Amino acid sequence: MIWDIAFRLALRALWRNKGRAMLTALGVIIGVGAVIAMLAVGAGAQQRIASQLENMGSNSLVVRAGSVTRGGVRTGAGTTSTLVTADAEAIAQLPGVVATAASVRTSAQARYRGTNWGTAVEGVSEDFPTVKNWPLEAGEFFTDRQVVSAEHVCVLGRTVARELFGLVNPVGETIVLKGLACRVIGVLSEKGASAWGQDQDDTIVAPLTTVQRKLLGINYIHRIEVQTTGKEAASRVYREIKRLLRERHRLQPDEDDDFRMYNRAELAKTAEESASVFTWLLGSIASVSLLVGGIGIMNIMLVSVTERTREIGIRMALGARRRDILWQFLLEALVLSGVGGVFGVLFGVGVAVALARFSQFQVDITPWSIMLAFSFAAIVGVFFGLHPARKASSLQPIEALRYE
Amino acid sequence: MSTPVIRMAGVHKTYAMGSVQVHALHGIDLLVEPGEFVAIMGSSGSGKSTLMNILGCLDVPDDGDYTLNGEDITRLDADALAGIRNRAVGFVFQNFNLLARTSALDNVEMPLVYAGVSKEERYERAEAMLQRLGLGDRLHHLPSQLSGGQQQRVAVARALVTRPSLLLADEPTGNLDSATSGEILALLDELNRDEGLTIVLITHEPEVAAHARRQLTMRDGRLEG
Ligand SMILES: Nc1ncnc2c1ncn2[C@@H]1O[C@H](COP(=O)(O)OP(=O)(O)OP(=O)(O)O)[C@@H](O)[C@H]1O
Ligand SMILES: [Mg+2]
Repeated sequence: MIWDIAFRLALRALWRNKGRAMLTALGVIIGVGAVIAMLAVGAGAQQRIASQLENMGSNSLVVRAGSVTRGGVRTGAGTTSTLVTADAEAIAQLPGVVATAASVRTSAQARYRGTNWGTAVEGVSEDFPTVKNWPLEAGEFFTDRQVVSAEHVCVLGRTVARELFGLVNPVGETIVLKGLACRVIGVLSEKGASAWGQDQDDTIVAPLTTVQRKLLGINYIHRIEVQTTGKEAASRVYREIKRLLRERHRLQPDEDDDFRMYNRAELAKTAEESASVFTWLLGSIASVSLLVGGIGIMNIMLVSVTERTREIGIRMALGARRRDILWQFLLEALVLSGVGGVFGVLFGVGVAVALARFSQFQVDITPWSIMLAFSFAAIVGVFFGLHPARKASSLQPIEALRYE
Repeated sequence: MSTPVIRMAGVHKTYAMGSVQVHALHGIDLLVEPGEFVAIMGSSGSGKSTLMNILGCLDVPDDGDYTLNGEDITRLDADALAGIRNRAVGFVFQNFNLLARTSALDNVEMPLVYAGVSKEERYERAEAMLQRLGLGDRLHHLPSQLSGGQQQRVAVARALVTRPSLLLADEPTGNLDSATSGEILALLDELNRDEGLTIVLITHEPEVAAHARRQLTMRDGRLEG
């Protein structure tokens, strides 16, 4: 049969039962819309995680002072005193390592005139802004000379600056940390929450030596941040550092590591993988509703075939071949699912945009998700339209003609 | 000597209703030459419609030979039979069998769709055919807006629009009053006389059968006369 005729016949048949056709298409519209909206939410989450990890620096490794076992007692992480600044300097010499940053960390009550604020205090080296990719908002960072001489200076995170100074510019003012007067020389720019929901701006950074000697009274370090040349180098460097530190700390083969390492590239990969699993999960739950929409199409097409048995008989008596009848009914199902698909795309995009506007979901409508949802709708149309169309085309002409 | 339109020999058709076998056709021999007008009479249940369905290739015989315009029908598959119904045979039914909610013009144009005729030509031919049958002012009427006689004329137009060589009419006047029956029969007479159309007509009424030049009677699945 000529295509445009089969198409016109399908449109005419649907037009005659507008209400019914619309309700059937609605099933597909909701299904396609749900798939697109859910994939957009999933992709949005994926994007958010990816950007946060990017922020954290996925090329970096973290070495932390580990636990130690003495007489069967295992202490917590960060309790060993074997990790020292010299380890960081040695790691910096390894191939594939761009830079290292040693740090210590404590918490303290910061006071400024009448106000006070409990926060974390990090002792770091002068290249902290570069290594962390964390620029300053005001003032300047301390220099290597200030680190060497353990000067009483500090740089505030955005949250601390707000809590202690409000709208006043903190640069040049002096705050008190555990009885130690520190001059504020800069403020870090806002970084926001970490991937784990921590406020990264709620911190004070000071020269490593100042925090070590004046606040903690120690000469070891808690952490070494290692910047590598890339994600690929990270895992090789990871093994190298392990070997190097064991050697430097003179650990026997039967002894446990006295440090712990985190590979952020690995973390990033895991997080991204779970986000993508999440996307697929959302998408497949949504596609169940598309399947239900398809069953709606099959149902209505079966009704339509039964109602129009006589018409089929008349057409066959006047020369319609089986495939003419098959196409007539299959196209009807395809038009239903196609129209449902088009409006479903609009509906899904609308829902996703509304979600992005009126809720805290981050959404990302990708072209491939639209293509996927639309082709899935088309496949559903063919799959569920084929059975009724087969049924119609396999009728015997005289029996169909006699049908009451 | 020209090829006969219908050549049937020893055609059998049996319907199985559970354990009961109904011999609807019991060895039919029939020869119809081009231009003939044949009427088949017979009591109800004698097998007339069964014969008509086989003549029109809507059904196939269980046994026996049937050639239509020299073509052996028993060898053809479903699609080929659909082609024969489309090109070689025109059907007129007792209950008209028009497509509901479809205009007279669209009803008549429909068989041409399956003949693969272009849109312009389809509507041209359908309109011309309706005009010839006196329905030029009813082209866009729906069957429900037409009288019984007019509906049957639309059905005749639809049967003839593909220019078949054989017109099969199964009690075409069965649902019509005598005046309207007269109109339809006059139309068939004219088509047979002027165009040489071969017609096989089934009827219960002797007055209707009298229009044909040859009358046959069916009795218990056999043709007599
Ligand atoms: N599909 C069928 N299944 C079973 N039996 C059938 C079927 N069609 C017809 N028959 C039987 O075959 C016989 C002939 O039927 P047919 O319809 O040919 O009669 P007819 O001569 O056309 O009768 P009428 O004048 O009432 O239309 C009848 O006994 C009928 O019951
Ligand atoms: Mg009958």
